[in-house]
Amino acid sequence: MTAMSDSMSESMSAPPATTPGPKPRPEPSRSTPTRQPRPEPVAKAKAKSKSKPEPSAPVPASMSMAQALNAALRDALREDERVLVFGEDVGPLGGVFRVTDGLTREFGEERCFDTPLAESGIVGLAVGMAMGGFRPVVEMQFDAFAYPAFEQIVSHVAKTRNRTRGLLSLPMVIRIPFAGGIGGVEHHCDSSEAYYAHTPGLKVVTPATVEDAYWLLRDAIADPDPVIFMEPKRLYWAKEEFTPGERRAPGFGRAAVRRAGGDATLVAYGPGVPVALQAAEAAAAEGRSLEVVDLRTIVPFDDESVMASVRRTGRCVVVQEAQGFAGVGAEIAARVQERCFHSLAAPVLRVTGFDIPYPPPKLEHAHLPDVDRILDAVDRLQFDDRPDVLHLSGGAAS
Amino acid sequence: MSHRQVADGLLPEPVPVRFVAEDGTAAPPAGYQGDHPAGYGAPADDLLVEAYRHMVLGRRFDRQATALTKQGRLAVYPSSRGQEACQIAGVLALRADDWLFPTYRDCVALVARGLDPVEVLTLLRGDWHCGYDPAATRVAPQCTPLATQTIHAVGMAEALRRRGEDAVAMAFVGDGGTSEGDFHEALNYAAVLRSPVVFFVQNNKYAISVPLARQSAAPALAYKGVGYGIRSEQVDGNDLVAVLSVLTEAVRHAREGGGPFLVEAHTYRIESHTNADDATRYRDAGEVARWEAADPLARLETYLRGRGLLDTAGVEAAHEAAEEYAARVRDRMNAEPETDPFELFDHVFAAPTPQLREQRALLAAELSAPEE
Ligand SMILES: Cc1ncc(C[n+]2csc(CCOP(=O)(O)OP(=O)(O)O)c2C)c(N)n1
Ligand SMILES: [Mg+2]
Repeated sequence: MTAMSDSMSESMSAPPATTPGPKPRPEPSRSTPTRQPRPEPVAKAKAKSKSKPEPSAPVPASMSMAQALNAALRDALREDERVLVFGEDVGPLGGVFRVTDGLTREFGEERCFDTPLAESGIVGLAVGMAMGGFRPVVEMQFDAFAYPAFEQIVSHVAKTRNRTRGLLSLPMVIRIPFAGGIGGVEHHCDSSEAYYAHTPGLKVVTPATVEDAYWLLRDAIADPDPVIFMEPKRLYWAKEEFTPGERRAPGFGRAAVRRAGGDATLVAYGPGVPVALQAAEAAAAEGRSLEVVDLRTIVPFDDESVMASVRRTGRCVVVQEAQGFAGVGAEIAARVQERCFHSLAAPVLRVTGFDIPYPPPKLEHAHLPDVDRILDAVDRLQFDDRPDVLHLSGGAAS
Repeated sequence: MSHRQVADGLLPEPVPVRFVAEDGTAAPPAGYQGDHPAGYGAPADDLLVEAYRHMVLGRRFDRQATALTKQGRLAVYPSSRGQEACQIAGVLALRADDWLFPTYRDCVALVARGLDPVEVLTLLRGDWHCGYDPAATRVAPQCTPLATQTIHAVGMAEALRRRGEDAVAMAFVGDGGTSEGDFHEALNYAAVLRSPVVFFVQNNKYAISVPLARQSAAPALAYKGVGYGIRSEQVDGNDLVAVLSVLTEAVRHAREGGGPFLVEAHTYRIESHTNADDATRYRDAGEVARWEAADPLARLETYLRGRGLLDTAGVEAAHEAAEEYAARVRDRMNAEPETDPFELFDHVFAAPTPQLREQRALLAAELSAPEE
């Protein structure tokens, strides 16, 4: 297993062939009994139901998400000598995803260094250094390999400010490449955001665009509180025209409307955002106008922007790649129905991964929420005033 | 140098370092009152007298805290009775600008460090978690998740080194805590980074009910250092002179760039794990009586009297000061602490989120609702 993981990690420094680009063409297809026939682009793709999305045609791009993260680290290291970067293989190698590429060369071993292999140690070391006036930015190599650090994160990172009545704060960032869609073998594709979001005292961030990768990481490093910075692995190679310069990104803690629409709101974050945008594109082809809200920060949660959108559209689907039960999407759905009940024309639905351990690479396409699964949910939003048959039984199907 | 020679240089003495025998005489075989044959220097006489006063006061404070617990003033109290030599030497080996990373067991050490006793007891009284200012006192919040503080001490030591301060960090940890992964990660990190940090294991023979033999098969816990490349020592933890001597050397070693140092002190927890525990369920009275006879405070008193450094007047003065101190602690602890439920929302983040503001308002409504 070790050799396998290692070779896998290595191969991840370059985009896998199946990595979707930022905005793949909408090629949704499903067959649902209640559906009206779709216009041309949909029908064309029918035979490819449940297949992996096609890579988009190359777009002229100036920066990938991994490069934007690298630029954010570089600029933070340059501007604030308290900032330090450390973790496993982040030094001369530049990280298995190359996010720390060149930092040791430019800033030296004192500012960007490899630690012994122990994640609790990495986070605990960062806690001590933050107590001592530094601003550590540490890398967990993969989502599932952050679990050894869980005790440090929950019992110290999250609680130190509170335990000391604000006398000790821990301005630190824990970067975690997370989620799937890259053909990773087991223990490399977990969606672990709910564990952190459930923990009071942690801010939880996940960028969906190259611009946000840069600015949210800068915000996270400058933040007075500890931030869990979750990087959607499958978007590392997604490119955008972007040069760090004048800031246009919304403030930390604010959601962004990525696409305006009037018929329903898709709420998504991180790896779910491009999928939601593809779904909105496909829905538009069917004459349905979907708004896509990108949370950007799961904590703090921007109730205001989400509720404003849902009150306008009257319908809401929450999209998350993670397994659904007790997930972030469940929280969002509950908040929306609590706050927007009288504006809702249909129950809030969730589109999520299944409640299964992350599947092996050849089966992940069956698990991952895709355009079809989102459009199916949108179909169930009672646009024709028919009740949602799927949920009428009231319990698990027997 | 061969690996074997390197290891030999790191290994602890085969028997715990001791300056003073249980009967208070200078320890055999050499009967030395100067430096220990292994190279550990004898602490200054006036420092030993100061340590004695701290031990008297610490023991009285501990008894007062136990009494306050019985009266319901404290939610719980983990006594360190019998461990005073460790508690006091740990603090006296440090400078005011060194950082201390204590556990829940170490209230007496914090009092000796000069922290306000009521602020120290805040955690156990339960009006907040940490009651003192860690940055101002350079004492981290008392740590309950076992051994997690050891790696913080390494981080702090690294921070101090990078800031160009010649201060060190010292982490206290229990015998049980040495089985936790974080202890091992901390030792390894400290050794690789050559951090100015001292790990101080108070081996009081039990982790709640679990005896040392079920905790570790190492010849002594101090042997855990060698595998990481850390210089290590074991010491009679009921001999204040020895603990202070060895810890002073450990701190010097760390401060002067020698890297981390591990010290194991062999001592004993006379009381139950906390007031809520019943130690008679897992150990017999004979064992406790044997350790009572090896009492660190009586031993130091006999030793200092024997050397003419302490007389009856000095002993009485120390006890009087301790009584006054305890009375002040009791009086202050008898006042009901002020708590503010709204403060619960104040320190989750630097600024409360909109959700926390909503929840604060909800609590305000609950608290202002008329009683039914
Ligand atoms: C990670 C963790 N596991 C379990 C506990 C519960 N617990 C509290 S104290 C204790 C025993 C610790 O023994 P030791 O390290 O020898 O310290 P001592 O209490 O003897 O001073 C245990 C198991 C804890 N606080 N933290
Ligand atoms: Mg113990």
